[in-house]
Amino acid sequence: MIRTVFAVAVIALGISVAVAQQDPIAARKALMKANGDQAKIGLAMMKGEAPFDLEKAHKIFATFEDAAAKAPALFPENSVDEATADDPFSAGPKIWENMADFKARLAKFGTDAKEAAAKVTDLDSFKAAFGSIGKNDCGGCHEQYRLRKS
Amino acid sequence: MRTMTLIAAFVVVAAIALLWIVTVPATVPPSELPAYTPNVDNGRTMFDVGGCASCHSVPDKDPGKGERTRLGGGLALLSPFGTFYVPNISPDASDGIGGWTEADFVTALLKGTSPGGTHLFPAFPYTSYQHMKLADVRDLFAYLKTPPPVPGRVRGHDLAFPFNIRRLVGVWKLLFLHGGPFVPDASKPAEWNRGAYLVNGPGHCAECHSPRNILGAIIESERFAGGPTPDGKGWVPNITPAGLQHEDPAWSAKDIASFLADGMNPAGDFAGGAMVEVIRNTALLGADDRAAIAAYIASLPPRQGPKPPPKK
Repeated sequence: MIRTVFAVAVIALGISVAVAQQDPIAARKALMKANGDQAKIGLAMMKGEAPFDLEKAHKIFATFEDAAAKAPALFPENSVDEATADDPFSAGPKIWENMADFKARLAKFGTDAKEAAAKVTDLDSFKAAFGSIGKNDCGGCHEQYRLRKS
Repeated sequence: MRTMTLIAAFVVVAAIALLWIVTVPATVPPSELPAYTPNVDNGRTMFDVGGCASCHSVPDKDPGKGERTRLGGGLALLSPFGTFYVPNISPDASDGIGGWTEADFVTALLKGTSPGGTHLFPAFPYTSYQHMKLADVRDLFAYLKTPPPVPGRVRGHDLAFPFNIRRLVGVWKLLFLHGGPFVPDASKPAEWNRGAYLVNGPGHCAECHSPRNILGAIIESERFAGGPTPDGKGWVPNITPAGLQHEDPAWSAKDIASFLADGMNPAGDFAGGAMVEVIRNTALLGADDRAAIAAYIASLPPRQGPKPPPKK
C-alpha cells in the first residue's frame, strides 16, 4: 500500500515537473494573469469603486509573493514566446540578456509584496504600498522586459 | 541640337534653384517676439507635458533612475532611416543650448530650424510643437535655463544616404509640415480644448500612437490608431475608441486619467515599454491637466489602424 502511494506520488510529481518543463510559457502567463486579476481588485479599492477589505489586500500581496517565487524558474533559455490571439504581450528578449537583473527584480518584487502585507492596515497604507509596487515593481519590469506585439 | 542641350541645362539649373529656394529653412526673427515676462512654473509644466526629460536626459542603465534635469542628451533613437542621437539641451554654453537666443529656441520648436539655419530632423517632434502657443514656448525656454549645465557634445546622427542630407528635410516639410498654432474649437468645453492642445501640441502623443508612411510622416487618416514602434520590435496601441473601447474592460475617461497618473490600466495591468517613461512625466502634471487629456482622448473618432503582424 505504502509502495503504491509512494509510486503514485512520484509519478504525480514527475508529471507536474514535466508539465512545468514542457510549457514554462503557459505557466508564467498564468502567473501574470493571476497577478493581473488581483491587481484589478486592488485598483478598484484604490479608486474607491470597491470598499477596502484587509483580507483581499492580503490575498493580493500573497499572490504577488507567490508569483515572484515561482517566476524565476519559468524563463529557461530560448523560451521566447510570441503574441497569441488573446494576448498581445510576450516576454522580451532582454530578459535573457540581463537575467541577473531580471531575477533581482523578481526577488525585490517578492520582498516588497511581503513587506506590504505586513505593513498594510487601512486604505491609506494600502494605497501607498500597492501604488509603489505597481509603479516600481510591475511598471519597472514591464518597461524593459515585456513586449507588446499587437 | 545645341539649343536643345542649352534649354535642358537651363531647366535643370532652374529646377535646382527653385528647389533650393522653396526649401530655405524658416525662422522666427527676434522682432516677432514682443516684450514678455516668462512664467517659469508654466515652463516646467510644458517640460513635463512634453516629456523633454525622456529623450534629452542623460540615459541611465536603469530606466527611471536617471536624473530628469541632467539634460546632456545622448540617447540613441532607432528608426528605419538610421539612428538619431538626442542632443544636449542643458544650459551648457558650448555643448548645450546655453548660447541660444530666445528666438533661436522658438524657431527650433515652431519651425524645426537650428540656430545655424539648417533643418532639424523631425525625430525632434516639431510637427507637434509647431501647434504650441508662443507664450508656452517662451516659458519653456525660461524653465530650461534652470537645470544644471551638462558638458559634452553628443555625437552626430548616423543616417543612411540620402536621409542624411538635411536640405531634403525642407522638401519633407513642404509635404508634411502644415498648420500653425492650435486653434480652439469654440463649440467644445474648455477642458476638451485644453486636452486637445496638450495632446496635439506639447504632449505629441500622436508621434508614437500613429502609423507612419514610407517617408516617416504620420498617416493623418489613422492618427492615434497605433502602429509599429519606430525600432520595429513592438507595437503601439490604438488609443481611439476603436482600440480602447474594445479592451476588456473598456476604458472610461476616468481610466485614462488615472492611467496617466500611476500606470495602472482598467484590466489591472501596468503599462510597459516606452509608456512607462511617458507616465513618469504625466504623473507630475496637475490632475486637471490629466483629466483634460483624458477627456480629449476619449472623444477621438474611432479609427482603424494598420494590422499588427500575424499572431501565432
